[in-house]
Amino acid sequence: MSELSGAERPGIGRGFRLQWEAAQNAFVLLYPEGMIKLNASAGEILKRCDGAATIDEITASLEQAFSTRGLKSDVLAFVAMAHEKHWVALQ
Amino acid sequence: MSAVPDMDAARTDAARSDAARPGPPLWLLLELTYRCPLHCAFCYNPADFARSGTELDTGEWIKVLREARALGAVQLGLSGGEPLARDDLETLVAEAHALGFYINLITSGVGLNEPRIRALKEAGLDHIQLSFQDSSRQMNDFLSSTRTFELKSKVAALIKKYEYPMVLNVVLHRLNIDHVQEILEMAHRMGADYVELANTQFYGWAWHNREQLMPSRAQVERAEEATRRFRERTDHAMRIFFVVPDYFERRPKPCMNGLGSIFLTVTPDGTALPCHAARMLPGLSFPNVKSSSLEHVWFESQAFNHFRGYEWMKEPCRSCPEKTRDFGGCRCQAYLLTGDAANADPVCDLSPHHHLVTEATARAEQAPAAAGQSHPSADAKPVEKPLIFRSPANSSNLFP
Repeated sequence: MSELSGAERPGIGRGFRLQWEAAQNAFVLLYPEGMIKLNASAGEILKRCDGAATIDEITASLEQAFSTRGLKSDVLAFVAMAHEKHWVALQ
Repeated sequence: MSAVPDMDAARTDAARSDAARPGPPLWLLLELTYRCPLHCAFCYNPADFARSGTELDTGEWIKVLREARALGAVQLGLSGGEPLARDDLETLVAEAHALGFYINLITSGVGLNEPRIRALKEAGLDHIQLSFQDSSRQMNDFLSSTRTFELKSKVAALIKKYEYPMVLNVVLHRLNIDHVQEILEMAHRMGADYVELANTQFYGWAWHNREQLMPSRAQVERAEEATRRFRERTDHAMRIFFVVPDYFERRPKPCMNGLGSIFLTVTPDGTALPCHAARMLPGLSFPNVKSSSLEHVWFESQAFNHFRGYEWMKEPCRSCPEKTRDFGGCRCQAYLLTGDAANADPVCDLSPHHHLVTEATARAEQAPAAAGQSHPSADAKPVEKPLIFRSPANSSNLFP
């Protein structure tokens, strides 16, 4: 999983649905009979995983939105973890 | 169905906010009807279901969906009985989808033909959980007291064709637990994404058949080992949930994450319950969604508030440091076994009533070996005492 490249295009995994839940003030991932409540940064990354944007583009979008730099290693680590858990698929 | 919804994040949150206003009823289970073509001897439906009132109509269910979604409910289980027995199922699914629910259909598969499965997909159904009773036609049909194995197999193929995530659910007990490997192989062949091997929980019809359904400890251990080997051999291609039988544990399950924490059930006649078995609990007055708003049900009603927090607990739970983890276990089990729903769940070996559980499992050790052969056979049925299959007639006989 450490081989993940910035050119990969992650999308939400089959059988999962990403959704904003106002009652929980959070993004959640829904799947058969289960739910994962996401923290703010996980939600921000996953909502950009549309299967079209590359990890590099997702990183740039986050860095712009939060006026910061140097997020790539965090994004790569999160996407690797999310891929392992099938939350995202690589297109 | 799965008695313990998988809500890890929600669980942590709810445990933290016990003293404050409860969080939302994240998991809404609608038991749309008690009508069912199957007659399973382990069904969790109340054994007195024949006394239940008239089913809610379409408009009343839609009101429940809207009110629950407004409170923050997000996971929706459509169950029964057999939910396909409702001919307005597609309408309810479409409404739930428009509201933003993740919709799980919990079904025997009977009635799920191709036009219906396509219509449900178009209406926005997210997932289908299909029950099997065993890996062979003979045992499946014996245990459900119907001829449904071939039909269920066809439904499994349709679920794949229409690209639903497929969960196969098999309730395990003394008569089929030795077939775990065959059950897993069947699920793998059918392309299941998840398999739930749910050991029988002893409520409803299963309570009445407890002696015949209780496995021996050796059976449980063999089944766990078979599951472990299968996972390794198939490189975890399917996600397999092995729900341990709590009678063999020393600490209780955190049942429903504590009553009134995340789970809300509505029965066919509109009775709102904090757990699908809770109607048996004495001293609780359960509101009906026809006369109460769900907001009132969830936040104000006595039935949903009574077992919130820790004030209701008796010793040894009250002073136990583990109460924040298991909430004293299951109120229904405490009531069924000890006669007092505020007692510790006797599964806990700190309970003064724990012997009631160990005596029940000890009896299972002495009972004649059942279904031990590698090829399933209806010979496995116990002879001393017949199983009581779930049916309106048997319900009326048990509760005249």
